Amino acid sequence: MSPDQQAPKIDVPYLAQLARISLDAEQMEKFGAQLQQIVSYVEKLKEVNVEGIEPTAHATPITNVFRQDEPRTPGDNAPFLKNAPQQANNLFVVPKIVE
Amino acid sequence: MNLNELTIHELSGRLAKKEIAAADLARDVVARTEAVEPRLHAFLEWNGGELLAAARDVDERRARGEAMGPLAGIPVGIKDVLNVKGHTCRCGSKILQGYVAPYDATVIAKLRAAGAIPFGRLNMDEFAMGSSTENSAFGVTRNPWDLERIPGGSSGGSAAAVAASETPATLGSDTGGSIRQPASLCGVVGLKPTYGRVSRFGLVAFASSLDQIGPFAKDVTDAALVLGAISGKDPNDSTSVPEPVPDYTKALTGDVKGMKLGLPKEYFIPGMDKEVEAAARAAVDRLSSLGAEIVDISLPHTDYGLAVYYIIATAEASANLARFDGVRYGSRAKDAKDPIDMYGRTRGAGFGPEVTRRIILGTYVLSSGYYDAYYLRAQKVRTLIRRDFMEAFQKCDAIVTPTTPSAAFKIGEKAEDPLTMYLSDIFTVNVNLAGICGVSVPCGFTKQPKLPIGLQVLGKPFGEETILKVAHAYEQATDWRKARPAI
Repeated sequence: MSPDQQAPKIDVPYLAQLARISLDAEQMEKFGAQLQQIVSYVEKLKEVNVEGIEPTAHATPITNVFRQDEPRTPGDNAPFLKNAPQQANNLFVVPKIVE
Repeated sequence: MNLNELTIHELSGRLAKKEIAAADLARDVVARTEAVEPRLHAFLEWNGGELLAAARDVDERRARGEAMGPLAGIPVGIKDVLNVKGHTCRCGSKILQGYVAPYDATVIAKLRAAGAIPFGRLNMDEFAMGSSTENSAFGVTRNPWDLERIPGGSSGGSAAAVAASETPATLGSDTGGSIRQPASLCGVVGLKPTYGRVSRFGLVAFASSLDQIGPFAKDVTDAALVLGAISGKDPNDSTSVPEPVPDYTKALTGDVKGMKLGLPKEYFIPGMDKEVEAAARAAVDRLSSLGAEIVDISLPHTDYGLAVYYIIATAEASANLARFDGVRYGSRAKDAKDPIDMYGRTRGAGFGPEVTRRIILGTYVLSSGYYDAYYLRAQKVRTLIRRDFMEAFQKCDAIVTPTTPSAAFKIGEKAEDPLTMYLSDIFTVNVNLAGICGVSVPCGFTKQPKLPIGLQVLGKPFGEETILKVAHAYEQATDWRKARPAI
């Protein structure tokens, strides 16, 4: 199999930016080579005839699950807030978003 | 014999008759854990004092004559991917440094209701991505049978802890084989339930359409006991199924006469280890001599499973792991100039290489222009893979295969070659894609060095009783479960 020619080139800087993961040049190069190999491997799916086949998102018979819409008292949010790197006034604090 | 070496069913009987106390068991578990952990590193952390206090509480309640659950006083080790209230839950990752679980996962609440005591945090590949536990940010777990080798993954800590008799049972999670593969490589029983059998609430998500929680145990009876305790519909997980939960131990009759067991030709492939193949074939012969009828079957799309898996699992992971952004939990990059800068640097520093690779791959297969070619096509081939199994189950009651193509490999051997590492999951991933159930049970050893080999038994959706029955009949007809590593 020499599908390297067939598989599209992986654009690691663009994908890393989409995924919000900062990488240095060395990591980009290494991951790029490894991912290219993996993408070449998955090209084999092109051999399969999938005409008329429905996609499977989920392997259970269940479609929709409903419950009564009853009011409930939420639990204490303190242990959740405590996990935040920065919090104040019962809120998560993030760097400034708008000028 | 120390109590930590016994099975749950042996312990429960003696605990109920008050021949032993839960506190005695807890002391032996802690002593064993302290003795082997410096060499094994199955646990990221554990608290012996907390276990002992909980065990004493069980003993007091028993002394007062209270009704006790089926797992009363049994310590169960917990993979680091499950929330246990008040404990760390880092998923083997630096990015969850400092996180303390604010609630119990449903399986933990169910274990507690059955009387079991959740114990420690078991090591794993970061966010359950890996087949060797080498991707943990906190060091590799070693295989109790050979400390130079990997225990499998991603639930390597869960498998090693049972194999080394630290705890009688543990919980793990299985997205593409992460229970069955390490169970096989460590010589213990590991079961992946049908998708929807066990609630995933409180399990940190990797690939939501594939993930299931399941037990590791010393034998099939114990696996059946723990499965019964954790199964069932949960309002907090809309994918859990309201199928009744039977007493799985009642299926363990030892009688497989007349049962039809399918042998798929696609699971005996060139390049697989000869000793593994021989052990699996000998196990099939043994089942045949017990009265099962062996039928040749074909699962024609088997060879595409790994490609489908690495598209679907990474796509789902790239979405699921978006939540680790430095806002609500875990670590955060310092002095970020804006949120985008904070996300990128937090994630860049927090995720290890394998998680980064998979998020980028998942982002790629979902990205504009590639979605149809990769993700949609993979979902269609997934349909064909599931259909293969459903058609095969028209001809047989269960399917038997080797769990892995080879025994445990050496630490570092495949670490720099992700694709070769992925190939160690070829016999397990299709089960998750199809959403069916599977169990790995020990079926022998390689000669030199002596390493465990596993037999995989696969069943229809909600066919756990059938696969447990087959695995149990085989186990009882052999002595493999009695072998213990010399750690």
